[in-house]
Amino acid sequence: MQALTNRSKVVSNKQMTFAEKMYLPAILGGISITIRHLFKKKATVSYPEVKREFSQVYRGQHVLKRDDKGAERCTACGLCAVSCPAEAITMTSAERKKGEENLYREEKYASTYEINMLRCIFCGLCEEACPKEAIFLTDRMVPTDFTRNEFVYGKDKLVEKTDDRVDVTKRQTKAVLDFKKIKQLSHNR
Amino acid sequence: MIDFLIYKSILVLIIFTITLVVAMYATYGERKVAAFLQDRIGPNRAGPFGILQPLADGLKFFMKEEIIPNVSNKFLFIFGPCLAMITAMMAGVLVPWGDTLVIGGKEFSLQISDLNIGVLYFFGVGSIGVYGIMIGGWASNNKFSLLSAIRASAQMISYELAMGISIIALIAVTGTLSLKEISAMQAGGVGSDWNMWNIVYHPLGFLIFIVCAFAECNRAPFDLAECETELIGGYHTEYSSMKLGFYLFAEYINMFVSSAIISTLYFGGYNFPFMNDLGLDHNTITILGTVFLFAKIFFFIFFFMWVRWTLPRFRYDQLMNLGWKVLLPLSIANLLVTAGIALWLDK
Repeated sequence: MQALTNRSKVVSNKQMTFAEKMYLPAILGGISITIRHLFKKKATVSYPEVKREFSQVYRGQHVLKRDDKGAERCTACGLCAVSCPAEAITMTSAERKKGEENLYREEKYASTYEINMLRCIFCGLCEEACPKEAIFLTDRMVPTDFTRNEFVYGKDKLVEKTDDRVDVTKRQTKAVLDFKKIKQLSHNR
Repeated sequence: MIDFLIYKSILVLIIFTITLVVAMYATYGERKVAAFLQDRIGPNRAGPFGILQPLADGLKFFMKEEIIPNVSNKFLFIFGPCLAMITAMMAGVLVPWGDTLVIGGKEFSLQISDLNIGVLYFFGVGSIGVYGIMIGGWASNNKFSLLSAIRASAQMISYELAMGISIIALIAVTGTLSLKEISAMQAGGVGSDWNMWNIVYHPLGFLIFIVCAFAECNRAPFDLAECETELIGGYHTEYSSMKLGFYLFAEYINMFVSSAIISTLYFGGYNFPFMNDLGLDHNTITILGTVFLFAKIFFFIFFFMWVRWTLPRFRYDQLMNLGWKVLLPLSIANLLVTAGIALWLDK
């Protein structure tokens, strides 16, 4: 019969030689290997102080962007919630009042916007679906917590602060930018 | 007389403290050595380099809930860890931690008690140590603990024989059971007064002794009594809080004392090379000797850990084979050859 691979080995039941029965040469070999590891470079990354470099397009904690004037871009259209395969996003919409033009970019906005970070699978489909370039995934990690309720992130945690903008230019790769130029798509109008 | 009592009590207290501190930091050392041998960093959060880690661990042990199983024998359940701890501490009495200090014209020995049956005492205390494990395992009323207790006692019996006979070969040459005299015989070493340590004359005896010491301390590769994979922790499965801490602590104290005994018997104890050529006064030599003894002890503790993270655990039948069919005949042969040579040189 022909072997499927050339990696198969014939099993032998041979007796150990005297040197092998002594154990000692093998033990000396073993401890010399382990002692060499004592001086090797350590693989550990001391996480909070040292952060491993993320990929350019890492998909971490979401951000709800504001526009250049500081108004929220989100119009509560619900496309992100529809596109979400994990059903992690919920929102309620509200109408913009007079005098709130500096807060919300368009006349409809999300009065609440919640993402359940335990349900979220960080696929990025919400970002793809968003016609207003309001939601982005960033290279920030979702921190740990003690209760499940704490993982339902509201607008207080999701909307970027006016004085502490989140840079998402890395997420806008060439493919994304080319796609946004196609004006025939209602998505981009 | 009062001077003597005060001095001895102070010495006992100091050695008690040192033993506990060394055992405490051996747990830290174990974790660090384990980490380094596996290319990790190890505990480094509590204090600089994690040196407060043992304190944090100890505090945690005290804060944990103390669980005593309903079906256990309560007295023996509590007695087991106490016995393990007591016997582990007792062996430190006879180690000569250094030569004598001369203060105000009086000589103070750095050994708590120079028993003329020192080695025998060590064996006696060492074999009581297994009762801590046996009683704990039996009193837990848990079949895994019981299996572990049986394993531990069978292992102790098989390895104590070989250990004892390998020591008899040493004693046949030195002619004394007192550890102080055995250390004194190895004084000098390399230097003007040519006198080698016992390891040169008894390499095989040392090998047998150290293998048996691993088995006596229940350390890998002979840690069958507490193997997690088969016996879910063995004799301390049912233990929690500081009673578990006592068992773990006793293991490290055993390691410390075994290292001290190995250093004393085979590696010259508190003696170091060129000790008589430096021209230092007696007290300085004594203190330097104690430092050297501790260096030797720490090396052996490191060796214990080093081997633990190198070798896999023996199977039970392999353990018994090694003990009865290899180490015992080998130690008897070693005894006969050593005794023959000693007689021939002596004639």
